[in-house]
Amino acid sequence: MTFDLDCRTLIEPIVGRARRDPDRPSVVLIGEDGSEESMTAAQFLANAVDYAAALRGAGIQPGDIVILVMRQSRDLLSALWGALYLGAIPSIFPFLSEKLNRALYMEQVRMLVAHCGARAVIAFPEFTPDLVTLLAGIPCRVLATDEVRRRSVAERPASPHAATPEDIALLQHSSGSTGLQKGVALSHRAILNQVRSCGRAIGLARDDVIVSWMPLYHDGGLIAGCIIPLVCGVPLVLISPFHWVRDPKVLFHAVHRHRGTITWLPNFAYNHCARNVRDRDLVGIDLSRWRLVNAAEPARWDSHRMFLERFGPYGLKESALTVAYGMAEATLIVTATPIHESPRVDWVDTRALQEERRAVPVAPETAGSTPLTSCGLPVEGAVIGVVDDDGQPLPDRRVGEIVVRARSLFSGYYRRPDLDAKVLRDGWYFTGDMGYLADGQLYCPGRKDDLIIVGGKNIYPNDLEAIANEVPGVRPGRAVAFAVPDRPLGTAAAVMVCEIDPSAGPAEARRIESELRLRIAQQTEVTLHDVRLIGSPWLIKTSSGKLARAANREKYLREHEARDQNWK
Amino acid sequence: MRESREDVQEIRDRLREFVRRELLGNPNYPLRDDEPLITGGLIDSFALAQVGVFIEQAFGVYLADTDLTAANMDTVERMASCVLSGRR
Repeated sequence: MTFDLDCRTLIEPIVGRARRDPDRPSVVLIGEDGSEESMTAAQFLANAVDYAAALRGAGIQPGDIVILVMRQSRDLLSALWGALYLGAIPSIFPFLSEKLNRALYMEQVRMLVAHCGARAVIAFPEFTPDLVTLLAGIPCRVLATDEVRRRSVAERPASPHAATPEDIALLQHSSGSTGLQKGVALSHRAILNQVRSCGRAIGLARDDVIVSWMPLYHDGGLIAGCIIPLVCGVPLVLISPFHWVRDPKVLFHAVHRHRGTITWLPNFAYNHCARNVRDRDLVGIDLSRWRLVNAAEPARWDSHRMFLERFGPYGLKESALTVAYGMAEATLIVTATPIHESPRVDWVDTRALQEERRAVPVAPETAGSTPLTSCGLPVEGAVIGVVDDDGQPLPDRRVGEIVVRARSLFSGYYRRPDLDAKVLRDGWYFTGDMGYLADGQLYCPGRKDDLIIVGGKNIYPNDLEAIANEVPGVRPGRAVAFAVPDRPLGTAAAVMVCEIDPSAGPAEARRIESELRLRIAQQTEVTLHDVRLIGSPWLIKTSSGKLARAANREKYLREHEARDQNWK
Repeated sequence: MRESREDVQEIRDRLREFVRRELLGNPNYPLRDDEPLITGGLIDSFALAQVGVFIEQAFGVYLADTDLTAANMDTVERMASCVLSGRR
């Protein structure tokens, strides 16, 4: 594709296309009730400009931060691009779900506003009274979506703000009290570089149609499922994440009906679709034009196999399943499966991998081996290295920390130079992911730190432990959180082990578990896969008194295996 | 009346067993029929799709995706009610 990317800002191609090709289909939104709403390039821009005008009317200037507390909707898209039109810096906050506690959720919005000095919050009317109360005394405007009316020509900003390529275009946050403090600041230049390199890596063409259900507060949803299609002028079909989660067939119907060609999915989604879409819902479905990119969490060979077996009969090709690797700090991806190839699968000796950090190749399906799916080759403009604990490069097949240089790298964490110093050294971004290189291909079997990645969502274990420490009955400082593999679901699962008072009976232990699960769900939306409450000293601490999460995880897995045997 | 009460009990038993074994991964979990599953942090909302598939297989009741909400499916009791109203 000849990318229409002779531009310096994200908004330029949107404005240009609305003039040149106003009737070109731009976005189809599929709502939570299954209803569809289509927008042309001209309508899309007009909606965004209405938001730009409303923000300007509220006194928002270029460079001001605007937080969007909105569910996936036309208003969210319009507010995002309206802020970009004005030169303001949008950041999308995850939407309130039935699980989260509303008051605690609102408190997180307040924390984010205070931390990044946001000048405006845009929300649906049902939230604005609460937000106005919450943000009293903070110089931050609360704008309700229903206040944003169609503007007269005179009120509209005549042209988009002329940002420079280095200006921050937007901020991305992961959730939780840790994640909210780490706003990934991305410049127009970095994002446009990603659009170009990612577009080439996945072979994006003008006749493609991108179908996405991923939430826009996630880098996959925002960049792959919103910015890339809109900037490149590739039609986008956007499904409500809440709808897809409870009824994954909507994705297949959308691909069929709109002749969808590209979808990005985190690994768990392959299992979710393969297990929970019924035959009766697939009658007559044609998936022959579809290709998929597995990203946002480690790709699993068995997930691809399960997906292909399930949907191959509907035309899905094996070569349609590809993998990419990346992170919000590099805008989206830094490696991808080469075009027209299938991801390589590297069978390696499990023990050597875990104990010696070496990827020793063995024959497929050998006992004691692990299949690792390749994340592919570096995309244009990206260089990948694997280094040891001293930052020295490692040879092929030696496992170390993955480091990245890329033209799409972030400008830093917003207002957190202390965090930048930890992860940016000599132009390299230290990812915290562990991996190895073999024949130029990258494999990524795990994390260096204790970050828990469930369904593509990053969870910081210290956030979960801090919540546990407040639960009456849990011994303060004696709770640990870590990830274990959840094979049927194709992702990781969060587990907690907490020490409690030895005198607590079964009824009290049950109360503690319910309380812990409830608080974790209400504050972080995480569902704990397992909770172990133990009335005697159990946790392993380091000599300096810190929780040794990896050692506790190993201990848990050994005991769990023994318990599993007893059930059978 | 008597028959339908037994019916309700059997539906709840099968649902409870499914939730414990397949969704919680712990067949011994002392699950109450009125225990909130999604809002209580026991299962994820994407398990709702799995509940829908199970209900169709086990009871022959097809629930529309608009019925597969956390509000309708948060407890074993409520799931059983959905099965019963689907049968009528």
